[in-house]
Amino acid sequence: MTLYFTDEHEWLNVEGDIAIVGITAHAAEQLGEVVFIEQKDQGDEFEQGDEIGVIESVKAASEIYAPVDCEITEVNEDLEGNPGKINESPEGDGWIYKIKILDAGQLENLLDAAAYKELIG
Amino acid sequence: MSTPRRTPLYDLHVELGGKMVDFAGWEMPVQYPMGIMGEHKQCREKAAVFDVSHMGQVELRGADAAAKLETLVPTSITPLAEGKARYTFFTNEQGGILDDLIVANAGDHLFVVVNAGCRDQDIAHMRANLDGVEVIELMDRALVAVQGPKAVDVVSALCPAAADLTFMQTTLADINGVPCRISRLGYTGEDGFEISIPEDKAAELTRAFLDHPDCAPAGLGARDSLRLEAGLCLYGSDIDTTTTPIEAQLNWAIQKRRREEGGFPGADVILKQLTDGPARKLVGIKPEGRAPARHGVEVQLTDGAKIGEITSGGFGPTVGGPVAMGYVASDHAVTGTEVNLIIRGKSHPAKIHNLPFVQQNYKR
Repeated sequence: MTLYFTDEHEWLNVEGDIAIVGITAHAAEQLGEVVFIEQKDQGDEFEQGDEIGVIESVKAASEIYAPVDCEITEVNEDLEGNPGKINESPEGDGWIYKIKILDAGQLENLLDAAAYKELIG
Repeated sequence: MSTPRRTPLYDLHVELGGKMVDFAGWEMPVQYPMGIMGEHKQCREKAAVFDVSHMGQVELRGADAAAKLETLVPTSITPLAEGKARYTFFTNEQGGILDDLIVANAGDHLFVVVNAGCRDQDIAHMRANLDGVEVIELMDRALVAVQGPKAVDVVSALCPAAADLTFMQTTLADINGVPCRISRLGYTGEDGFEISIPEDKAAELTRAFLDHPDCAPAGLGARDSLRLEAGLCLYGSDIDTTTTPIEAQLNWAIQKRRREEGGFPGADVILKQLTDGPARKLVGIKPEGRAPARHGVEVQLTDGAKIGEITSGGFGPTVGGPVAMGYVASDHAVTGTEVNLIIRGKSHPAKIHNLPFVQQNYKR
């Protein structure tokens, strides 16, 4: 398993051509208490950078973007009734999608943990 | 952009872990470590302290200051009993709202509090139009709001006179030996006080309030969700120069004499709307699902016809779900009307709802 990050504050845990995707602890902290998430459907396909969902906190709405070209293979449906999981465990139970990576070459442009840490200072 | 200004409580906010943001040119705490939900509930259940020093505090001095102020606002300031405060708004010739404000009869002067974002413009407006009235901006005073069902305990522990005030009353009193102006009003829907404090004593007194076991600091985030649930307008979102007081359902702030006499900017437009009814009205809107509907979201009838727009909305922690306010065509401004809200292109069901969403708990 390899962990990648995007400069839009998402993480991807990649195993083979499948990845689990969520938002980083830093992003969850910045957003504040999450009260709603709008997710796309299983089977939907996206290109890198497409909007794939919206997270609403008490403060504001914030988009989630496709980290790579992908197809959504599983949606974390627990979040609909319990969006606060994104705050409680952003990099664990608060995962948002499982995706099938359609262009593995794009992973090269993502950040590793050290580079992401540097990004958020 | 100039650097944001800081209130006399800036250092205290930072010490308390406040997350500082730029708001109307001021560096203000949007929340503290407790978080917006916790701070909101703190205010509904106990007491919360808010720094509102970014708002403009102004004294109007001079013979006939009240009568002259009436030429700019549609509210009766004559008579306004000494020690009483009223909510009002500056109107323009089109009947729009330039700002909303609180004006109090402080005996030998009027004490006025205006919004941070309109502060400079309001002062210029008063200086230009209140002939013979001295318009004094108080630059050396903080304004601290203590709000919530326990606010009276928090404030009266240090200043027993505070407990004698009722809603919309104001007085001068010492708190820990510091001369303050204490007014029983606020922007949360709860009982509470706004206290004008000399800037060099502001942090000291705020700490004294926070020493009370039922009191905690709250930021702008909670202030917004509290006022939204309480159905109170936010200038710049729910009311502005394009909305009239009648559309905004603020008719109650225009007393009988002013309706009869007019004599304020835009009186022709405003009084005509009072008689004929406005074409659109500000209403509460309660989304049925979980998605918050924010400023700018379109409101449609179930057949898809557009009837209006959300002007403020978000999550209401006390309601436990999303709440919103917006203007809809008057024909459809009926509680219980089923509407759809178009959020990011998707239709979400909602109902027109009475304002406020939560009961106001003022000390009458």
